Amino acid sequence: MFNMTKNVVANLLTKSSTRLYPFTVRGHFEGFRGTLVNNIDECIFCRTCQIKCPSQCITVDNKAGTWTCDPMACVYCGICVEVCPTSCLSMTKEHRPVTTEHETIFLQGVPKKKKKEEAATE
Amino acid sequence: MARTILPFGPQHPVLPEPLHLKLTIEDETVVEALPTLGYVHRGLEKLCEIRDFNQMIQIVERVCGICSCLHALCYCEGVEQIMGVEVPPRAKYLRTIWGELHRMHSHLLWLGLFADAFGFESLFMQFWRIRERIMDIMEATCGNRVVVSVNVIGGTRRDLSPEQCQWIEQQLAISEKELKQLTSTILNDYTVKKRTVGKGVLTKEQAYQLGAVGPTLRGSGWAQDARQTGYAAFDELGFDPIVEYDGDSYARSAVRFRETLQSIDIVRLAIARMPAGETATNIEGVMGDDTPQPVSGERGDMMQAYKRDKRRRTVAAPPPNLDLPSGLVSVKVKGKPDGEAVTRVEQPRGELLYYLKGNGSKYMDRVRIRTPTFANIPPLLAMLPGCELADVPVLVLSIDPCISCTER
Ligand code: SF4
Ligand code: SF4
Repeated sequence: MFNMTKNVVANLLTKSSTRLYPFTVRGHFEGFRGTLVNNIDECIFCRTCQIKCPSQCITVDNKAGTWTCDPMACVYCGICVEVCPTSCLSMTKEHRPVTTEHETIFLQGVPKKKKKEEAATE
Repeated sequence: MARTILPFGPQHPVLPEPLHLKLTIEDETVVEALPTLGYVHRGLEKLCEIRDFNQMIQIVERVCGICSCLHALCYCEGVEQIMGVEVPPRAKYLRTIWGELHRMHSHLLWLGLFADAFGFESLFMQFWRIRERIMDIMEATCGNRVVVSVNVIGGTRRDLSPEQCQWIEQQLAISEKELKQLTSTILNDYTVKKRTVGKGVLTKEQAYQLGAVGPTLRGSGWAQDARQTGYAAFDELGFDPIVEYDGDSYARSAVRFRETLQSIDIVRLAIARMPAGETATNIEGVMGDDTPQPVSGERGDMMQAYKRDKRRRTVAAPPPNLDLPSGLVSVKVKGKPDGEAVTRVEQPRGELLYYLKGNGSKYMDRVRIRTPTFANIPPLLAMLPGCELADVPVLVLSIDPCISCTER
């Protein structure tokens, strides 16, 4: 009957275990897989991330130089970050903010030119 | 006496899982129970035909959230067996540590839900508060709270620095202290005993004949635990299975409670004995040989970038609070799985079995998952007849049902 008494007293005398959200926010530990960010200037449109993504939420068009990600399908596994050869993908430790609409991340970069074309323009 | 058939579930205030039971009752006593499954079938086994064997890790992790790490571990061990990959010793210990942390958080979740099922709200919150500490350890070391995604074929994706190990030990010491304060409440309290002692008895013979696994089996007096088969680093960390002999709800909850304390000891031991060295992992394997080759002209840039990147990846000891990626090139997994394997691990709920068949392509032929709850449903049906209707939720919970993993 009185097994919990010690606990109850201790709980009464110590600080509360919960936070007064949203006034106090805990934040995340380093290395938390939060938001996926792509530094599109460094992306070489190699499509590795698209091929390795288990939920198939990335689409890369190397001709047009676009990188698209459906964050609602992303499972935040971080595989794409690990396989990206130029390390242009990274994850910040914040959650993606809540949205009211289904949105897609669409990034437009400069598609890499082939050597021949480069030579022709110079 | 008139019999009534009462539909129980799949949505029920005290049932955390969509399990439907057709209960035949006489007055208030259950005489027969028939289960209906299939409310959350997701076709994950079928998905293996269109996802390659590396992507399957992320899929099997989602069979069940609470034991995601152990699903991935079982799958990876199977694929490693087929491909003949030797996992570095440190990675084996890391797998053990994260596996046991998962067992703790699953058992604490269950203990809380169990307390909640018989109306002990305060105890429920105490257990979940302790669980929060374990979840914090996961978040700080794996990068996520529930689906930790640390196992890869060939090792683990992350490492633990000495500072992190120390911090884990501190957190576990606090959790242990808090758990011990609750010992007398969960094991000796009048209310708890009133609802659990002698309820839903599964005799030793029944447990054996109906193929019970995990705490359900050990609560009936069988000292059997799949960890004894020595997967990950368990063959080097001797331990004895926890056994209770009464076979009732109380025995099953006592097994789980004591296993939580045992897991703390195993994690401590694993941290103490963890060898130094390479931790993991298989960037080659993740990259695979189907990495698209850049069109001519890009190759120079890409190779340069790759070399730069590779240098970064081969840093020997990662800093304490490391950012992704932390993969280290040590075990290079090349090739595709060709052959079959059966692997077993001990999940919080019992023995989990994977049958894997590869055909030499990047897609597996078959991934058959046999989960512990599936094995524990016949024992549950044997427990129910004879109990009172009011005890049904507590009894169903006492096997720790996980319907999403039963149906996949
Ligand atoms: S892997 Fe990296 S470089 Fe390649 S397409 Fe994806 S983001 Fe761009
Ligand atoms: S984090 Fe995982 S699921 Fe999300 S885009 Fe990257 S690979 Fe795909």
